[in-house]
Amino acid sequence: MSDWGMQKAALGERLAAGRQHARGKVVPIPSLPAFLKAVIRSGDRVCLEGDNQKQADILATALANLDARDVHDLHMVQSGVVLPSHLHIFEKGIARRLDFSYSGPQSARIARMLFGGKIELGAVHTYLELFARYFIDLTPNVALIAAVSADKDGNLYTGPNTEDTPTVVEATSYKNGLVVAQVTEIVDKVPRVDIPGDLVHFVVEAGRPFYVEPLFTRDPAAITETQILTAMLAIKGIYAPYGVRRLNHGIGFNTAAIELLLPTYGEKLGLKGKVCTHFALNPHPTMIPAIESGWVEQIHCFGSEVGMEDYVAARSDIFFTGPDGSLRSNRAFCQTAGLYACDMFIGSTLQIDLEGHSSTVTTSRIAGFGGAPNMGSDPRGRRHPSEPWLKAGAEADPDSSAALRRGRKLVVQIGETFGDSNVPLFVEQLDALELARKLDLDLAPVMVYSDDVTHIVTEEGIANLLMCRSKEEREQAIRGVAGYTDIGRARDAKLVEQLRQRGVIRRPEDLGIDPLDADRRLLAARSIKDLMLASGGLYRPPSRFRNW
Amino acid sequence: MEKLSFRLTATRSAGGTRAQAMVGVVASGNLEVLLERSVPADTCTIDIATAAHGFDKVWDAVVRDFVARRSAGGLRISINDGGARPDTVALRLAQGVRKIEEPER
Repeated sequence: MSDWGMQKAALGERLAAGRQHARGKVVPIPSLPAFLKAVIRSGDRVCLEGDNQKQADILATALANLDARDVHDLHMVQSGVVLPSHLHIFEKGIARRLDFSYSGPQSARIARMLFGGKIELGAVHTYLELFARYFIDLTPNVALIAAVSADKDGNLYTGPNTEDTPTVVEATSYKNGLVVAQVTEIVDKVPRVDIPGDLVHFVVEAGRPFYVEPLFTRDPAAITETQILTAMLAIKGIYAPYGVRRLNHGIGFNTAAIELLLPTYGEKLGLKGKVCTHFALNPHPTMIPAIESGWVEQIHCFGSEVGMEDYVAARSDIFFTGPDGSLRSNRAFCQTAGLYACDMFIGSTLQIDLEGHSSTVTTSRIAGFGGAPNMGSDPRGRRHPSEPWLKAGAEADPDSSAALRRGRKLVVQIGETFGDSNVPLFVEQLDALELARKLDLDLAPVMVYSDDVTHIVTEEGIANLLMCRSKEEREQAIRGVAGYTDIGRARDAKLVEQLRQRGVIRRPEDLGIDPLDADRRLLAARSIKDLMLASGGLYRPPSRFRNW
Repeated sequence: MEKLSFRLTATRSAGGTRAQAMVGVVASGNLEVLLERSVPADTCTIDIATAAHGFDKVWDAVVRDFVARRSAGGLRISINDGGARPDTVALRLAQGVRKIEEPER
């Protein structure tokens, strides 16, 4: 007869060991090292909360300060490998295996450690995919999470940056895992209960807020005229003809330029109310002018953005807010919204090959993908129609029966033909392939697969890949917008011209875009200060973005 | 400083009546383009002074595309380049022919 209840018993042992170092549920900071050593077992699967924005930084440091003789061979399952301490954990041999989604600032170091054999890589996931695995085969034994405040019963207030917390807690706590939260302070009553206390086993009063990276702040002062031209192409050549109302914007200056052109260029084109009304999007500061001029009806957020808290609270007609007034973000729900309820994803990348595969992974940097592979993919389970979805489906497959034809999500990759340090956006072969070979991976880390990409936009024009009928046409359509990169210069000029006649490639002059409009005066805000003023002083930019 | 010169046949002559136009500034990653209406209508000459050496093939491609795609006939164009990327050069040239078409104000 099997001995049922083993996991509950194991949790009971961890709880008992933890209580030796706690008063009720509260672990005093000086006891944190001994506490972690007592509740974490070698070989545990540990979720250290952290994504591209919020970080359980106090718990990360404490975990990295453990002695590898006491705790080792952990399997880290976490959205983001972002803090130096996240990699110290591997450097010291406390953890060995890693499954993650995003590693922005640590991308070079994580690559070195993978090559050096310090990390055994499971896979680079998209957020929603990693969350899904928390419930199937990567369920954490221990979750180390972050919140704003807790009461003595463990009820948590996560504030505007709720992000991954409900998902991590759900997967861990209901499967007999241990949940430990760092909070800024312990209070008598939390402003709102984001996580019920009976799911939280211990809280650590950190005495300071968890770290949040202002990742979605783009200074309008750095937007170039080429980016403005590219943004005009996207608005006039994609947003307008498809009537894209429900969408997600990636991070980057290209989409920031689009956001800042809506109240000026978009207004001139008569697009207000016809495009960009509903978003799955973080509260980008560059959205302020469009929101203030009445373009946007509703925005659901993955996370918050540093400095946008008061603005969001004052715009509850647009954002999802709690009874306490602050933003309620939720990465899992927003990623689901971006997958199923948006008709377009538009974002930038680092490399695009001749088939249209794209990746931000290069041989020396493994940046991870965050949410891009999810939102930048065509959801095969979608069943509700919408105008852009149906139109894209018809372009891809004009001859099949309309009532049986799947629509297509618009997946747009946007960028200048030459990126930072004049590195070309277009390549013969993705670096991701070389990386997969070197690390002996079964799968090259591709961010957006070629069969999901529908359009590529550069300053030279728009390539509509839905309308390509052969591999050769697809290649020439990509070469045809690749500008003066080696890939672009090796185009078949005659074929490219034919594609242009068919409207597969459209250039600024084909769309009646005046190059003289590619001027910074067309931006609805030209600096961070302009954004602050446009918000009526509600947006409080972090100091690193203040130059006045 | 590298100097390059092109004399190309143009199928479309520049619009408008302005004698000259100027766009851009000489700065790192930027360029200054001076356009003067002073050569035969079926010709476009382009003289380039650039701080970046060894990019003559890219310049050749950029100026040929420009003359093929835009109305550049009759123009003598002088470029002072501060190491601009080709996309910036193409944009400035396109802006230049638009500016010389504009009515005098």
